[in-house]
Amino acid sequence: MSNEEVLAFETDCHLFQDCGFPAPSVWSFLFEPIAHIGPIEFNKIMLLAFLGTALILTFFWAAFASPKVVPGKLQMVAEAGYDFVRRGVAREIMGKKGEPFVPFLVSLFFFVWVMNLWAVIPFAQFPVTSAIAFPAGLAVVVWVTYMTVTFRTNGFVGGLRNLCVPSGLPKPIYVILTPIEFISNVFLRPFTLAVRLFANMFAGHLLLLLFTIASWYMLGSFVGTLYAIPSLTLALVLTAFEMFIQALQAYVFVVLTANYLSQALEEAH
Amino acid sequence: MSAALETLAAADSIGGSINTVGFGLAAIGPGIGVGIVFGNGVQAMARQPEAAGLIRTNMLLGFAVIEALALMGFVLAFAIS
Repeated sequence: MSNEEVLAFETDCHLFQDCGFPAPSVWSFLFEPIAHIGPIEFNKIMLLAFLGTALILTFFWAAFASPKVVPGKLQMVAEAGYDFVRRGVAREIMGKKGEPFVPFLVSLFFFVWVMNLWAVIPFAQFPVTSAIAFPAGLAVVVWVTYMTVTFRTNGFVGGLRNLCVPSGLPKPIYVILTPIEFISNVFLRPFTLAVRLFANMFAGHLLLLLFTIASWYMLGSFVGTLYAIPSLTLALVLTAFEMFIQALQAYVFVVLTANYLSQALEEAH
Repeated sequence: MSAALETLAAADSIGGSINTVGFGLAAIGPGIGVGIVFGNGVQAMARQPEAAGLIRTNMLLGFAVIEALALMGFVLAFAIS
């Protein structure tokens, strides 16, 4: 790390000392590798991703390994989470046809949510999904599912019709609309799906970093402390706001996935 | 030049770039859009409370689509520098 890439917590730089505010930037999202496994550098982001996956697996395993008719506390919570996605997303958007996709949507929702939630958990405090590789990988999974379902339900020609030709419009419009629909459905949808999640978490983490670093930076003198108090308050308020955004983004990710899949499941007219 | 302006001009520790301005401009459109989405969503829910669940889902869907534009501007402000 070069000199300007040191976080304010690691320096004794404060307001009125003429050393400049160490603003967080892209380098706040880079980590030194903890260990090397072959050519792969194992860093904090991967550690959090593995921990999160293990956490979800253990939770659902413990809840559903021996299900009971009268659920215990753990099974009740897990069932509430499962039912939220099944009722609120799959049923609402895809209807009866969405039933086979419920496990997929539930896994997606909880994976994205837990990966987002790392941003506010003490000592972890880094959203895994703010590394573009994770949202991009998830978007690829969704894209492959979307394409498979499209071509499996409609056949090759019908699938292309489904992707390119929305029905019930005057003929001349199709000249413009077909290429737009194709590009939008095949390329832009997975792209925006990944970028939306990534950018939300990236911006959120940057915002939290900015206010926490600022409150440390401004401590030291009397006037500085007066500035630091609102900054710290805002950092706390934004943490609460971030928790809302994390849940919302996980929900939006799953809702959009369900939306694409329900469009793929539509029969050709 | 007044003293305050001189201080402002000398404050070279406040760095910045045209990217920041660009993101500010890119946020105007989605800001208006998000306002319209939530405004009309709340209005629709007030008019027909029994359809609130469906309206909320679609409202959040529209919100997510609009918000992507603002966030793309945010990401590009970092990417192109």
